[in-house]
Amino acid sequence: MAHHELTTPVTEAQVRALHVDDTVTLQGVLFGIRDATQIALFDRGRKTRFDLTGHAVIHTAPNVKKVPPSPEHPAGYAPLCVGTTTSARMERFTRPLLGELGVRLIIGKGGLGSASLAAFGELGGAYLAVIGGTAALETTWVEAIEDVDLDDLNPESLWRFRIHDFGPLRVAMDSHGGSIYATVDADARAKRAAALASLGVKAR
Amino acid sequence: MRIDPQAIESAAKELYIRALKILPDDVKQGFATLAARETSATAKEVLGTMIRNIAVAEATDNLLCQDTGIPIYNVTIGRGVEFGAADGVALKAAIRRGCERATREHPLRSSIVHPLSRQNAHTSCGIEVPVIDIDVAEDFEGLKIEMIPKGSGSENNSWLKMAVPADGTDAVKTFVVDCVLDAGGRTCPPTIVGVGVGGTADLCVHLAKRAAIRPLGTHCADPAGASLEDELSAAVNLLGVGPQGLGGDSTAFAVHVELAATHITMNPVAVNMQCHSARRASAIITPEGVRYGF
Repeated sequence: MAHHELTTPVTEAQVRALHVDDTVTLQGVLFGIRDATQIALFDRGRKTRFDLTGHAVIHTAPNVKKVPPSPEHPAGYAPLCVGTTTSARMERFTRPLLGELGVRLIIGKGGLGSASLAAFGELGGAYLAVIGGTAALETTWVEAIEDVDLDDLNPESLWRFRIHDFGPLRVAMDSHGGSIYATVDADARAKRAAALASLGVKAR
Repeated sequence: MRIDPQAIESAAKELYIRALKILPDDVKQGFATLAARETSATAKEVLGTMIRNIAVAEATDNLLCQDTGIPIYNVTIGRGVEFGAADGVALKAAIRRGCERATREHPLRSSIVHPLSRQNAHTSCGIEVPVIDIDVAEDFEGLKIEMIPKGSGSENNSWLKMAVPADGTDAVKTFVVDCVLDAGGRTCPPTIVGVGVGGTADLCVHLAKRAAIRPLGTHCADPAGASLEDELSAAVNLLGVGPQGLGGDSTAFAVHVELAATHITMNPVAVNMQCHSARRASAIITPEGVRYGF
């Protein structure tokens, strides 16, 4: 259970050094993506001017305030509340994120499934769990919205955040086939019969 | 008494923002109870982060969660309020304006889109949204508005099963356990698991929602329903899903049950969950002013 301080972009070797239950604190740049962003990129063939190679993305659509562009708010947006959404809805985009855009780290909550886990193994990626519903805290790790692309999808634009001490995040899925979610799910299903028995129900 | 639509509009605006920023005391107490009895080190840490977030939100006057949810306004017309059709139309329009003003003036992320075009009007409003339910009661004076910004992580995990009488209560219990297993970490556990039993299909789902948003520490008015709540609360916390689905004892704050009579041929059960950021705010409006609470 090692702790890793990583500055984005990261290399494949850095990602493959991550193991489930390790913790990570990120510095540098973080990209925000969501359902509509990925539908646009991967289903509708839209392109982004950002280079996501080696980068980390977070499943988010932030609360922002439009402000005049300034050194503090270069993109003309002040980040009001930046949190995390449920990752599972975006399961099918993991492979193209890694394969087509070169993303290495996905940050989200609730976990991804077996197809994503396979992609992490084959292409060299990992899933870092942030605690969902703790956006007030997460916002204190975001310094600025540096840039934004595909902003017609607002709030599901492609956001480029400048971050500082983002974390600690927990490595919940790694490139070695490890997934806390798969383990917890299997353990929980193994306890189903006992839970039903406590209710006087015979498991079927 | 008559309630001024202007007062309703400002309360509707204020309630949305308050609900997003201040967690009710019963939910804070729920966190303390779970943290005290949690045995997993990971889960203790996760709960600790959630508790810290509540304090950060208050200290920085920020939203607890980025998800501004689907805005729901539950209106109860209390004693002494004169309320005709025109008042009802004005009330709905005032709530809608308040919801839109909160979104534009705070500003808040509008999480609401047209269901087919997916266009976002950036008002948190759309067809039939905000959801406005109107009911009546006699145990207080004035107009009560409860505001629930219902998060999508939990709302996306909602289920209805039209079980049959031969399946009995066992079907209800099994269904709840299986829903908690299927939800895993996606609903942002620890959750309040809302269970509706009986009624029609739509009433059953509505009961589940009412159960999910009920304050912690309250019980189903029906004794059999209350006893089912206790049994299910203990059972789902045997599963080990834990906070955020990362393992641990604290899968649910509680299971809440709401009942309605049903047909001799029916045995419906529905589940709707409320995430750990179990946000709600309420206000009682009288001609003398507005009293805010949870």
